[in-house]
Amino acid sequence: MLLNRLVDSVITVILVVTLVFVAMRILPGDPAVAALGDSATAEQLASFRERMGLNVPLWHQYLDFLVNIVTLNFGTSMITGENISAMLLANLPYTVELTVAAMIIGMIIGVPIGVLSAVKRGSFPDYIARIIALAGFCIPDFFLGALILIVFGLKLDLFPVTGGGTDFPSRMQHLVLPAMTLGLVMAAFTSRLTRSALLEVLKRDYIRTARAKGVTERWVIYKHALRNALIPVVTGFGIYILTMLSGSIAIELIFARPGVGSVLINGINSRDYPMVQAGLLVFALFVVVVNIAMDLLYVLIDPRLRRAAR
Amino acid sequence: MTQPVLEVNNLTTSFLINGRWKTVVHDVSFAIAPRETLAIVGESGSGKSVTALSIMGLNAAGRSRVGGSVKLQGKELLDLPQEAMRRIRGNEIAMIFQEPMTCLNPVLTIGSQIAESLILHRGISRREAEMETVRLLEKVRIPSAKARFDEYPHGFSGGMRQRVMIAMALACRPKLLIADEPTTALDVTIQAQILDLIKTLQNEEGMAVLFITHDMGVVAEIADRTVVMYRGDTVETGPTAQIFAAPKNAYTRTLLAAVPRLGSLAGISMPIRFPDIDRETGLPEKATQGVDTVSRGGKPVLEVKGLTTRFDIQGGMFRGIKGRIHAVQDLSFAIMPGETLALVGESGCGKSTTGRCIMRLTTALSGSVELDGVDLLSLDSRKLREQRKGIQMIFQDPYASLNPRMTVGEAIAEPMVVNGLQTPAQANAKVADLLQRVGLQAEMAKRYPHEFSGGQRQRVCIARALAVAPRVIVADESVSALDVSVKAQVVNLMMELQEKLKLAYLFISHDMAVVERISHRVAVMYLGEIVEIGPREEIFGNPQHPYTKKLLAAVPVADPAQRHRVRAISNDEIISPIRPVGYTPPARQYQQVSPGHSFMI
Repeated sequence: MLLNRLVDSVITVILVVTLVFVAMRILPGDPAVAALGDSATAEQLASFRERMGLNVPLWHQYLDFLVNIVTLNFGTSMITGENISAMLLANLPYTVELTVAAMIIGMIIGVPIGVLSAVKRGSFPDYIARIIALAGFCIPDFFLGALILIVFGLKLDLFPVTGGGTDFPSRMQHLVLPAMTLGLVMAAFTSRLTRSALLEVLKRDYIRTARAKGVTERWVIYKHALRNALIPVVTGFGIYILTMLSGSIAIELIFARPGVGSVLINGINSRDYPMVQAGLLVFALFVVVVNIAMDLLYVLIDPRLRRAAR
Repeated sequence: MTQPVLEVNNLTTSFLINGRWKTVVHDVSFAIAPRETLAIVGESGSGKSVTALSIMGLNAAGRSRVGGSVKLQGKELLDLPQEAMRRIRGNEIAMIFQEPMTCLNPVLTIGSQIAESLILHRGISRREAEMETVRLLEKVRIPSAKARFDEYPHGFSGGMRQRVMIAMALACRPKLLIADEPTTALDVTIQAQILDLIKTLQNEEGMAVLFITHDMGVVAEIADRTVVMYRGDTVETGPTAQIFAAPKNAYTRTLLAAVPRLGSLAGISMPIRFPDIDRETGLPEKATQGVDTVSRGGKPVLEVKGLTTRFDIQGGMFRGIKGRIHAVQDLSFAIMPGETLALVGESGCGKSTTGRCIMRLTTALSGSVELDGVDLLSLDSRKLREQRKGIQMIFQDPYASLNPRMTVGEAIAEPMVVNGLQTPAQANAKVADLLQRVGLQAEMAKRYPHEFSGGQRQRVCIARALAVAPRVIVADESVSALDVSVKAQVVNLMMELQEKLKLAYLFISHDMAVVERISHRVAVMYLGEIVEIGPREEIFGNPQHPYTKKLLAAVPVADPAQRHRVRAISNDEIISPIRPVGYTPPARQYQQVSPGHSFMI
């Protein structure tokens, strides 16, 4: 089962890579011109193309491309001449820490609110929680980001507003506002998901069994119900993290954070083929890794899948 | 007289439904003595389960109201605060439920679910609780109990899960065990095991049992005294023997008259309808005579030869085939026009797969299914559609087999329209006719399925099957989900239609008593094979194969006099025919007992 997933993942990555390669080649505009400017001479352009391997046939470029990926050699930027692998490696931790922090915030806030909402269904706290969740859905993340930046960064001056920080304490400080932005949106999503999943589970027969055993209500919810409710929540989470990745691109721009998102956007703007290819590849791998992680998480939560996984 | 364990007086329960209080249990009173078993019997909606949940204080908070008095050993329970009531639940009163498949938490090990009660109520350490749990699992006769402590419910069969539920209920040695339809979802041989287990454990532990059921056969097996409920009211209370021998109330008589009794047709070769019952007196009217509907001498309308179906079991890293379920193995039988052949057996014996293969809803591996000489298994999809008009199916669950977004009229008209038999306009007239034919009213065509009761829905399903004027109907557990009185009516309807339309039925069922009523011939299936086939009278009167005998012996007898017979407790599980890849089934030999009656040796 796990092997199947891995094979699927490899196929997914190859497809994405191919798609990226094709998409970059059919885009209008000449990368050589983009890199060297309108004033470049014909010889300069020709030598640039030669250096970048743009003058060989497409299939040859594709093969080179694949070989480079496998050897993790993404080449150098067409524009700045920097080593792309090194650049990505420098930026990746920022994206990962943002995603992970947002996820943790989303869970820590979202799950308890969802539980409260389900248990006190129809009560005042439930309505408040649902309205907040609805607001979280309706406000676009870039708008919420800007709002948080203005209030907590500029007005209250609690946290730095731009950049990614250097040493650990400063990085954590720089992380707060962007992570809060994505985390709050995620919390809204998670609370709704948890609420509906828990309400569904609380109707099940085994919850009645637990109550008939004389288990306290709190124990019924946290031990008997919540773990079952987490199965659909994890599914939603997996899908949501992927949405959040694209959200992180906007957040990185707003807070001027380093990250794979900004690398990608810069690459697209300057038509920097190798850069965009590498950036997209990293995102594709991210998706694949998240999916596999979700599958493993399922198996952890739901014993019925363990036998199937073996 | 000793103090009763439980004393219920004028219990009244109401639910808040659409802003109004509706009383669903009305003034119910009874008492249970130590070591006594009291049965509450009634059909769906009689309020029997609500009564149990009211005693436990488990009705939905805020949306239910319980009045009257419930005393456990003299202590009033209804006045107790939530927390005090919680300490009684699972400790002094324990409960087991109908659906063993869904009553255990799928993400917790069975051991921890049992140990939980012990830790909670007895305050013992986890280690002690685990040791006690193993002892309890042994007590309910779960094989290799110790090894199974850490397993999850999905690895257990229905019967084994019910044993786990019982172990859980007995953990704190309750004074009262409430069993709410604990055997309804189980196969008949497993039901017998669980009933015996409850009886034995009751003797060992000395607890009182409140047993809730709709099955008079089970009542007769287990209960000292019986309370009959109807629409929230107690209609009759008394010793079980007395209720069976001389029922005072009309409804009790109706209920008893509708109970199919095994052996009631001994010495009669023809199927006979259930007697119609006078609703006023509850007495059966004159029994109808059996009518011979079978056309003998001609060719069979349905002939199945060598039908074999296997399902691959995949597993391992590369999803290889690890084994095969030999679901249906070399099955052969024939049905004459106007004849009913019953296919009986327990879960997993392949009887439903057989029905589905005949309908080509499941693909058979080999064999042939001839409908009037045309092999259905070899037809392409266009020709198959043509032939499907001749053979229709009725399913078990009348709730799930009707589309909730279609009126019943549309549902019945659809097969006629898609088969091009009628234009939509003509179909309407035909729908009205069909509805009347199955005992409903023509104007009901405009209604949606949720407006009908279970029995009415099954009638709608029958009307839908009849719409294309089939010659054969495959009825897969078609009356199993129905209440006993409704069951009798639907069985009667099927027999009446057979008489009028010369229908042939393949009646797939696990309910031996109903099978005895409806069928001309019976085929007993075990592990995908027919182990015995013959005329109904022969199979019931002179069974040969050990499995047939076992099946018949397990059926609860609706006779309280036989209550104290205790069978040897068996732990046999229903096995499934999983074979290794490359397994070749042995050639089977059949021995003929009398013309048409043979069994496997």
